[in-house]
Amino acid sequence: MKDTPLSNCERDFLLKAIEDKKRLDGRQTYDYRRIKITFGTDYGCCFVDLGKTRVMAQVSCELVAPKENRPNEGIMFFNIELSPMASPGFEQGRQSELSVKLNRQLERCLRNSKCIDTESLCVVSGEKVWQIRVDVHMLNHDGNLMDAASIAAITALCHFRRPDVSINGDEVTVYSPEERDPIPLSIYHMPISVSFSFFQQGTYLLVDPCEREERVMDGLLMIAMNKHREICSIQSSGGIMLLKEQVMRCSKIASVKVSEITELISKALENDRKARKAGEKCGFAESMPQERITALKTDETPVEMTDVTERANEIIQKAEPPLQTIPSLLVPAPGVGQVGQGLQNTWGLEEEEEEEEDDEDENSGEEQKEQTKMMEEEHDEKEESREGHVVQLSDSEEEEVVILHPETPNKTPKNAGSATHQKGATKSKRRQKK
Amino acid sequence: MAKQYTSSFIDKLTYQSNRSVMEVCGSSNVTLREFGCEQSLLSRPDGSASFIQGDTSVLAAVYGPAEVKVSKEIYDRATLEVLIQPKVGLPSVRERSQEQCLRESCEASLLLSLHPRSSLTLILQLLSSFLNAACMALMDAGLPMSCLFCGVTCAIDADGCIITDPTAAQEKKSRALMTFAIDSAEHRVMTSSTKGSFSVHELQQCIAVSQKASEKIFQFYRDSVRRRYSKTL
Repeated sequence: MKDTPLSNCERDFLLKAIEDKKRLDGRQTYDYRRIKITFGTDYGCCFVDLGKTRVMAQVSCELVAPKENRPNEGIMFFNIELSPMASPGFEQGRQSELSVKLNRQLERCLRNSKCIDTESLCVVSGEKVWQIRVDVHMLNHDGNLMDAASIAAITALCHFRRPDVSINGDEVTVYSPEERDPIPLSIYHMPISVSFSFFQQGTYLLVDPCEREERVMDGLLMIAMNKHREICSIQSSGGIMLLKEQVMRCSKIASVKVSEITELISKALENDRKARKAGEKCGFAESMPQERITALKTDETPVEMTDVTERANEIIQKAEPPLQTIPSLLVPAPGVGQVGQGLQNTWGLEEEEEEEEDDEDENSGEEQKEQTKMMEEEHDEKEESREGHVVQLSDSEEEEVVILHPETPNKTPKNAGSATHQKGATKSKRRQKK
Repeated sequence: MAKQYTSSFIDKLTYQSNRSVMEVCGSSNVTLREFGCEQSLLSRPDGSASFIQGDTSVLAAVYGPAEVKVSKEIYDRATLEVLIQPKVGLPSVRERSQEQCLRESCEASLLLSLHPRSSLTLILQLLSSFLNAACMALMDAGLPMSCLFCGVTCAIDADGCIITDPTAAQEKKSRALMTFAIDSAEHRVMTSSTKGSFSVHELQQCIAVSQKASEKIFQFYRDSVRRRYSKTL
């Protein structure tokens, strides 16, 4: 489905407003939208709301063989899923330019910054390491997907716990959470991406652009930074030229924003930890707002179940009596199935007779040819013909020839082979006559 | 006896639908776990809803009626597309079969012929009782429907007990698994998807249980819509 295009009027209006230092949602130039971080019931599941933009990250782990050139390092895998839920413009299962760009940026932000200790993910060097997979799902696209994704991914990684393992000789034991407490990942620092959009060839700058603003912007600068003011990655896109001062100014703004966001993340993690420790309910269900008219929640409701059995019986009684029970499948001969006892297989009857005739003919013929024929061979012949009969269901001539007869070693191969071929040919001819 | 199970951590870890459970043996009392919903929670889609049952949550979004691709155009009705996204990894065969099950249920209740040559897209995130979330999202999008529907899953364990809304672990242990979509107009079965072996009697019993449970869910739909349009909390 196509995205709704932005009209020229809207575009002009937005640019005019930006020139007047005004934003549609009433924010100031350097303001972020409201950030809300919630966690799912399971470890490593995190929802991030950045204004109306909504992103979910889920971390999972798996034991895999390491990469050959890095035998004692765990593997990090990032996957950004641009679900069509987020925007009608996104298509399912197709790698769009945007998704590749976001994926690459997230990898640079989190993997290449070495914020996660991959060596601690090694179980047996060169054989078994943990692969940490981060799935980021976009649920609603209202601009600045990258910042939301980076916050969600790093928070989910901090929240995640992997199962404990022990090594005993060659044996690797993975403990379930009941046996041993799962272990959090070791994270050195938390890189967070901050986006700046530029308008009118870099004259105007806005932090955290919303979807409308992203559509009219000229360029985008993404700075990933941790709270120690170390820049982890910096990316400028959109093809605008930035001055050194502009980049410096942006990095200063980023450092402020990052420290705010980091604080928020640690607070959210701390709250969640407390709630889990106290055994309170946590997760998405608890984060649902109660004070809205669009939301409703009920308590446990009992269901009246008294007359269920009676009703079921009633329906069955009303229904037609069940058909005769069918006994198990009979197999009178290899390759022939029969359902129902005492029933004659009407399919094969005529052909069986024909078969016998055939056999008699053949036998008499062969007897004339070769008087010294063993009984065993005759038996073989019969079996062969029967097998041939099973395959004969199709009436194409060609298939007759293709029939694979089991080669019996105790027979003179030449004679037997020719006999069966002849038989096949005669049979097919008969059939055509009929 | 109604038992409460806490879904084990491993289920959570490998994200399977982790639901707490209600269980019924014969004609004993059954409770539906607390459930909740929120509609219009996403700004981009035309309709969206999240449905929460116990620990399970599903997010559904609807786009449409909108422009349709020429290749998918049907001249006398709207094309319905259903997409289900797993929490981890890419959609697999399991998701495809669930998509089909859901699409057929929705097609039965939506009045698609009112929007010929257009497309409806329904996207779901996070799995389990997705039928309910789908129906609420369709309601939120204001699409014309002949009736509402809800989904109820029943499992029959090795002893022949009926468990409604089983956890992933219970689903694995169960002898048979049945999912029914039930319509609101006459409480008839719209879709049934079954796995495993069971007798006619057991099937009818499960349907009867599901019909009873569906009444509660429809009451909940009604309450939530009433709350929404009453504009009071």
